[in-house]
Amino acid sequence: MRVYGSIFRIRLINGLQYRSVALGEVLMRFFWGLMEILAYAALFRTGQGNFSMTFSQTVSYVWMQQVLFVLFRVVVGDGDIYSTIEEGSIAYELVRPVSLYGRWFFQSAAGRVVPTVLGSLPLLLIVPFLPGSCRMIFPSQAGRILLFVVSCVLALGVVAAFAMLMYISLFYLTSQRGIKIIVTAVTHFFSGGMIPLRFFPDRARAVVQCLPFASMRDMPLQIWCGTMTGPEVFWGMMIQIFWLAVLLLAGYAAMEHALKRVVVQGG
Amino acid sequence: MMRVYLDFISANLKSQMQYKLSFLLTVVGQFITAFTSWFGLYFVVQRVGAIDDFTQGQVTICFSVIMLSFSIGELFGGGFAVFARILGNGEFDRILIRPGSVLLQVLFPHMDFTRIGLLLQAVLVLGIAIPKSGITWTGAKAALLCLMILSGSVVFFALFLLSATFSFFTTQSLQFLDILTYGARSFGRYPFCVYGETVLKFLTFVIPLALVQYYPLLYLTERKTSPLYALSPAIALLFLAPCLAFFRFGISRYKSTGS
Repeated sequence: MRVYGSIFRIRLINGLQYRSVALGEVLMRFFWGLMEILAYAALFRTGQGNFSMTFSQTVSYVWMQQVLFVLFRVVVGDGDIYSTIEEGSIAYELVRPVSLYGRWFFQSAAGRVVPTVLGSLPLLLIVPFLPGSCRMIFPSQAGRILLFVVSCVLALGVVAAFAMLMYISLFYLTSQRGIKIIVTAVTHFFSGGMIPLRFFPDRARAVVQCLPFASMRDMPLQIWCGTMTGPEVFWGMMIQIFWLAVLLLAGYAAMEHALKRVVVQGG
Repeated sequence: MMRVYLDFISANLKSQMQYKLSFLLTVVGQFITAFTSWFGLYFVVQRVGAIDDFTQGQVTICFSVIMLSFSIGELFGGGFAVFARILGNGEFDRILIRPGSVLLQVLFPHMDFTRIGLLLQAVLVLGIAIPKSGITWTGAKAALLCLMILSGSVVFFALFLLSATFSFFTTQSLQFLDILTYGARSFGRYPFCVYGETVLKFLTFVIPLALVQYYPLLYLTERKTSPLYALSPAIALLFLAPCLAFFRFGISRYKSTGS
């Protein structure tokens, strides 16, 4: 466990080197969220009753989506892991007395938590104080915030476990760029990164809500903005736990299989 | 001289084609990316059928014009995406000592042909939007639509150039400039007036994206008849000039990273 703790620490110190990048990230997320909200405002004033979320719920959803954008993104930098596979330094990794799956899992989780803390959480200091209807409203009960945090941790687990499957696929496929673009598009869309899953047509939503992607972002955000309450929260979290377990097991098995046949060119 | 540049392009195309599966997967990825953003738009707008005064068909015109412009701009401006790397690995030093245009030497070896995936999808959506927009099409209006796409491509190209030029002055990647390119692609799916007065003014006078999308759309839908609205995409072309000047200024300040 100490090993995993230091992986987090190394990442944090590393990330702190690039403070101006973090500032740029905050600015970008802020304007991105603001533009989204302005567009939703126009849609809501054109036809109020046609949305399955209220405007203020949508605003809260969009802001939290921006705050946690990096946390729930499946394809991020993770340059170390890619180059390890591509350049063959995987050989060193295999000599280390730490499980490779565990190490990479924590490394990729840390690679998301650190930039979120530095580059996105500062947004939380701004958005609750915006004028008018652009303001993000915090949930009124402490219990809901707690459920939201738990759901976020589960979502991060699902994201990291899914990303592991993507890394492992790179042992077999050499097209990093293609895989990354496809995974980005699919996970972004089906996790509520583009529009809240509530805005999907009802029949599509019933299916999409059960896919692993919904567990990656949409569930915590729905708990946050209050469109998911009571027993729905419980079932949502059960789905998250289910996918986390499935993806962890699948990833672990795939890793074993991949490492058995890994060939490192000498040199 | 032109032959050399054509050789650059064909060598680049051949090298991208060496990894056929990789090329194909990337094209498919671009296609899916464009499709998800179209569905994202479709699902939301369909609930209302319109945004402000613009019908769903007209919104779709905006989406496809901007998406087409972006993909053409990025197809040619692919070299700007890797510009920081070109500066860092000394490739730029080699470019400077050759007797040719600096800009073309940056661009031609790095054109990103996988963007046809994005392009293809945008053309498909445009094909759906043209009959559904409720616009009475004439030859002149069709020409204006082409002008919108052409000027839009130039504006996006200039935006990629602009954000690449910043690499001369900073060593870190300036990711927040993505909001000018990827952000504009995303926000351009609605007529720019829906974002309010301030944003519209910014996109008219600072970054002239509204000139290739919102104003000509007013002309196409016959809300405005003044020829100025039809000519606005041509005015947007002027945006390239300051961006090119800034790039030249960047070159004049360039210090090699050494070997």
